[in-house]
Amino acid sequence: MFTSLGRYILLLRLSFRKPEKFSVYWAEIMREMVSIGIGSLGIVAIISVFIGAVATIQTAFQLISNLIPKTVVGSITRDSMVLEFSPTITALVLAGRVGSSIASQIGTMRVTEQIDALEIMGVNAPGYLISPKVISGVTMIPLLVIVSVFLGLTGGYIACAASNDVTTADYIAGLKDSFNPIAATVCAVKAMTFGFIITSVCAYQGFYTSGGALEVGQSATRGVVYSCVAILFADLVISRLLL
Amino acid sequence: MIEVKDIVKTFGDNHVLSGINATFKAGKNNLIIGSSGSGKTTLLKCIVGLHDPTKGDVFYDAENFTNMNFEERVPIRKQIGMLFQNSALFDSMTVEQNIIFPLNLFTNMSAAEKRDRANFCLERVNLVGKNSLYPSELSGGMKKRVGIARAISMQPKYLFVDEPNSGLDPKTAILIDELINEITEDFKTTTVIVTHDMNSVMGIGDHIIFLHNGEKWWEGTNHEIAHTDNAELNSFVFASPFMKAAREKL
Repeated sequence: MFTSLGRYILLLRLSFRKPEKFSVYWAEIMREMVSIGIGSLGIVAIISVFIGAVATIQTAFQLISNLIPKTVVGSITRDSMVLEFSPTITALVLAGRVGSSIASQIGTMRVTEQIDALEIMGVNAPGYLISPKVISGVTMIPLLVIVSVFLGLTGGYIACAASNDVTTADYIAGLKDSFNPIAATVCAVKAMTFGFIITSVCAYQGFYTSGGALEVGQSATRGVVYSCVAILFADLVISRLLL
Repeated sequence: MIEVKDIVKTFGDNHVLSGINATFKAGKNNLIIGSSGSGKTTLLKCIVGLHDPTKGDVFYDAENFTNMNFEERVPIRKQIGMLFQNSALFDSMTVEQNIIFPLNLFTNMSAAEKRDRANFCLERVNLVGKNSLYPSELSGGMKKRVGIARAISMQPKYLFVDEPNSGLDPKTAILIDELINEITEDFKTTTVIVTHDMNSVMGIGDHIIFLHNGEKWWEGTNHEIAHTDNAELNSFVFASPFMKAAREKL
């Protein structure tokens, strides 16, 4: 385990060496941003709307009482989405979608000698392959999480409109009620950390693939599993430290 | 000129190379031959720096490549072109993008100059007009030729070729050999070819090194190989009945 951790840290150090030519790396970063950001928008939108709707329905189910104001459903849905559901569920889904793609792409390049070809040319292969993905992950995943929060809250609104448990006016009033800005900070820190974990862990797994097609699949699976575990662990640490 | 001195390479308890000494001459096709598992590809990877030798040194024109760090190796690596066994073309790039990739990173050529260079390289390997195809749309022989075009795009001083004829039909294999030979002569490159194809050995083997169980057993030219009394080399070269019959006629 310590050997792997050491190799992971050394690989990250190699990844952030001075680029051979900044314009070529910039083009790669843009390409990765489109792939991670725009490419994941659909799945993030779908899960966010449904999670927001379900969170609203279940909160309403548990808290409807004459003693509790109905606006609290909106407040709880908002805080749940901002603090936990949007960053964490989005990250876990993206670990599957983006992470497996990164691990299998780099792993295939390794087993087909494309990484060797880069090294022979004098290209810093970890820098060219990994740093654009990590930079794109750290910038695009927070943006996806912001989209997820708004779509989740929209999902909650739709759930209210479709049922008689809470009125949409109460829900909106709840969303506006006593928002603590620290929740937004926690959300942003979580999203950036998860973006880093997904891209770097999966890139590491792909980069040290050896063998053939079977091992590429195994690397992708390992990348997704390890990054999911790391996301949950980081979630706990960030929540404990910042809240 | 490339010199390897006392190269030893081990993977754990597995001794793959045991003290290889050799000189690869400029403007010549230097062939490393031997049966499967003899250490040919490992030696090639030690020479180009993909493996670090356990012991020994590699010199590129008297510069010790083995002792250099990543940054120090870059100027030499810019002078290296390599054709891999499976071509190792970048899947996500077109033929033209593959060829101009090193130019994008290491030169300040304009887009038009890079396109001209790509067209020149493609013309050199008889693939004019294939610029916009992706590797998945190419045959095995075409991939090899694009690999050669990419390898020569930076006008290399050293050309390394790993199993250029594997998976190719005899006619295409001879075309690839002729192409490598022409490039070696025209660009005066130090060409190192790993192969076990006897057509290549007899056709373009200016200088041949025979490896057996990780050791250098024989060194000579394609003219000398037919008359050697080295038993291991003979059993390798004249393994087929056809080659045995051909030898008797020599």
